[in-house]
Amino acid sequence: MGRVDRIADVWGTRTPYGQGETWPTRVDTHLEEGLGPEDVDRWVQTASIMHSNGDALDIAVKDDRIVGVRGRAVDRVNHGRLGPKDLFGWQANASPDRLTRPLVRKNGELVETSWEEAMDAVVGRTKELLEEQGPSAVGFYTTGQLFLEEYYTLGLIAHGGIGTNHVDGNTRLCTATAAAALKESFASDGQPGSYTDIDHADVIALYGHNMAETQVVLWTRILDRLAGPNPPAIICVDPRPTPVAQHATVHLAPRPGTNVALMNGLLHEIVANDWVDHDYVEAHAVGFEELAKRVKDYPPERVAQICDVPEADLREAARLIGTADRLMSTVLQGFYQSHQATAASVQVNNIHIVRGMLGRPGCGLLQMNGQPTAENTREAGADGDLAGFRNWSNDAHVEDLARVWNVDPMDIPHYSPPTHAMQMMRYVEEGSIRMLWVQATNPVVSMPELNRMRSILSQERLFLVVQDIFLSETAQLADVVLPAATWGEKTGTFTNADRTVHLSEKAVDPPGEARPDLDIFIDFAHRLGLKDKDGAPLVKWSTPEEAFEAWKECSRGRPCDYSGMSYEKLRGGSGIQWPCTDEAPDGTERLYADGKFFADPQYCESYGRDLITGAPLEPDEYKAMNPSGKAVIKFAEYLPPHELPSEDFPLQLITGRTVYHFHTRTKTGRAPQLQAAAPDVWVEVSATDAELLGLEEGDLTEISTPRGSVRARARVSGIREGVVFLPFHYGYWDVGGHEPDGEGRAANELTITDWDPASKQPIFKTAACRVTKVGAGGGTASPAPTTTASAPLAGDVPPTRGGAGADVDEELATAGGAR
Amino acid sequence: MKIGLVLKELHRSENDLAHELLQVSDRHKVDHEIYHVARDLAQWSQRHVKEIAAIAERYGEKLDPEPEGESHLAERLIDKGSELMGRAKTPGLLMLRDLRELYMKASGVSVDWEMLAQAAQGIKHTDLLEVCQRCHPDTLRQMRWANGKLKEASTQAIVS
Repeated sequence: MGRVDRIADVWGTRTPYGQGETWPTRVDTHLEEGLGPEDVDRWVQTASIMHSNGDALDIAVKDDRIVGVRGRAVDRVNHGRLGPKDLFGWQANASPDRLTRPLVRKNGELVETSWEEAMDAVVGRTKELLEEQGPSAVGFYTTGQLFLEEYYTLGLIAHGGIGTNHVDGNTRLCTATAAAALKESFASDGQPGSYTDIDHADVIALYGHNMAETQVVLWTRILDRLAGPNPPAIICVDPRPTPVAQHATVHLAPRPGTNVALMNGLLHEIVANDWVDHDYVEAHAVGFEELAKRVKDYPPERVAQICDVPEADLREAARLIGTADRLMSTVLQGFYQSHQATAASVQVNNIHIVRGMLGRPGCGLLQMNGQPTAENTREAGADGDLAGFRNWSNDAHVEDLARVWNVDPMDIPHYSPPTHAMQMMRYVEEGSIRMLWVQATNPVVSMPELNRMRSILSQERLFLVVQDIFLSETAQLADVVLPAATWGEKTGTFTNADRTVHLSEKAVDPPGEARPDLDIFIDFAHRLGLKDKDGAPLVKWSTPEEAFEAWKECSRGRPCDYSGMSYEKLRGGSGIQWPCTDEAPDGTERLYADGKFFADPQYCESYGRDLITGAPLEPDEYKAMNPSGKAVIKFAEYLPPHELPSEDFPLQLITGRTVYHFHTRTKTGRAPQLQAAAPDVWVEVSATDAELLGLEEGDLTEISTPRGSVRARARVSGIREGVVFLPFHYGYWDVGGHEPDGEGRAANELTITDWDPASKQPIFKTAACRVTKVGAGGGTASPAPTTTASAPLAGDVPPTRGGAGADVDEELATAGGAR
Repeated sequence: MKIGLVLKELHRSENDLAHELLQVSDRHKVDHEIYHVARDLAQWSQRHVKEIAAIAERYGEKLDPEPEGESHLAERLIDKGSELMGRAKTPGLLMLRDLRELYMKASGVSVDWEMLAQAAQGIKHTDLLEVCQRCHPDTLRQMRWANGKLKEASTQAIVS
């Protein structure tokens, strides 16, 4: 057993292994200072809720308090490993500033009240609005951090009970494009690949995916392959010098907003060199001829110019991808939050289709998630979808959902796709949505253009309900604040990006009067008197396990089929991948083996959209295009981004997540080791730009776009020239308020209100900006970590260290690894 | 032969469609998807204008290859108006009216392309046919976009 400072050494100790072998286990444990495993009263099974990887872990409980965590060696996802956020983030649960009682606004102030009064206010206003205007007045903006059971209940209440079409999650900001890209190519959501594909792949391509920081443990798996025999080649597409880029065989750093040109260039090479599996394409796909014709417009010399990448690198990347035997690809925010998000991500799917790289070990395609339970909002229909991947424009699917819920099909709005979050904010702005219920998310820090967002959500005429565990920036604007329980304080299930479902058990009681989100929703439904068509209560369950059983029935026969699972089966062992049915009782490792898709016109979740205009395809159009349910190859031409650099704003701004913080730092900012590692916002500039701007490490700068400005200390890093980076986690709750008092700090003060027309995901990675020096650093370094993409190029910057409080026990397997 | 006449009419209506897309974009600056996508789609019509002008010479028509621009002063005034109107409820209906107009105009252009393609096939002018085959799908996408936005926006604008 070794002890490792896991703030300094983010990925921990190597356990090398070779292609096709089993990843050895390494059990990571972190307990409160002074405690050993023998002091723990009980270990409670769960998985991480700080990222989308789905690391399984046990919570250590002593005297009815959470005192630490330990990775689960038996788990298929992490084989015992944990990342820094898993190891230290749990401490936030016990923060003294947790919300413990409901609050209501009286004379402009939020004051403590009883649940009775708070729920009366919420239910009373809902009733008034339903009477006055109908369901179009009520919107729900949820999260990627509740449990499956809670989303399913919320979707039922909102869609089937109230009948509003306005339900979405903040997954719109993180994984809407993953879902959209999968729906375009395979006519249904659901990631084809499995994390075990890392064990088998010979080429791994990461597109806009800083896996090293967003999915630490998954990256550890790749590091272990790289340290073993027959390591895979890595392709990295990212304008930043991420750890992925540093380990890459080829690193492409395209100019922000040019991903589609880059992908079309790669496909051009694959087609031109005939690295195409023609038999597979012939048998299992439609649309290849059009693609082959259109990518002719994207020869490497032209693409190299658009993207500003070396032509030779582009050709080499295409050669590696085009000649791989087992190709694995992952995609994340570098594509999803950028210009032409869906179109670029779809081209990654196209590569796998034309190369016949689906449904076999090592041929993983993973359109990743950003948040831990993002997959569940999608499955359960709480984020602009209908429950169970049902197709809103297929009447038979709506009727089937009505049967499951025992309501009339007309009670479920399906006249258009469920309203997406950005459109909901627009309806709030113009005043037609008059009540917005926000759960476990923080739009006044996470949405684009914060000045606009604050002015929208602080309107007098809006009734804002916020359900959360802290008084976030958004909660400070609310009319009613409902204190929720969180991970470790309630039971439920959630699903990661490779469809692995984990059970998360309650370990301790929530503080004060805080309640599980499920209980809050059910209480609301009952108080509102929501009934099914026979007059029975609409929500027929009261516990998480009952909700899970109801969900299993709803999912039966759909792609995300949970019918073969149970809490009992999930308990004790490892996670299980859906679909899990009577025929596949242990789950399904990979989708689309033998080229069988969920794309039949009568079965599919979506008929798709135009990648440029976003217009949905009509059912007849889809049937004509794809009568026998094959994979769909779609092309899109490159369009320049909507905001280009100018004389006033000569640089391009990208924003993003970093390894120590998560989702507006609500929890991670309250975990001492994580907070100390990256205590404040910084800005990354390239050496060339730093010289032009006269900037040195630690200098105070102002970063401005047409929408606002932010102040941050400069880090001169290896980022590509012309591009600056701001981490997007920093808001105002910990500097005393919900908005800047003078100087701005949140990256989203600067971002443009613009989104991808197909996925409706906002674009955080192409704003034009300028950077000006405000003051000399005077020897003070920027607060940027030295351990990851923000590492300094030079200078004597003190290295990021966690110290004694960040020591973690690592227990390495002596031989091989148990599954 | 009246192909020149049809090209002239198409040149006019594509210019008109591009202008209308830009106008609608400006009027709905706070409806960001309309704002951005309409501008992208206007470029398609502007490209068509160039293609039509290039081939029209063969049919005896001298047409301006430069798409008509927009008045910057007028644009700025409309921008301001759009921002001020953003908090009122009526823009929803105004937007429906604008999208309906776009849909009608794009439909007209689509029919023109269809007529032209028929004629090009009849006289076996493959160059002209290729122009039609390149441009007409864009027009159909412009139509479907306007129609799709209409479907999406109608309910909230009318029932609330």
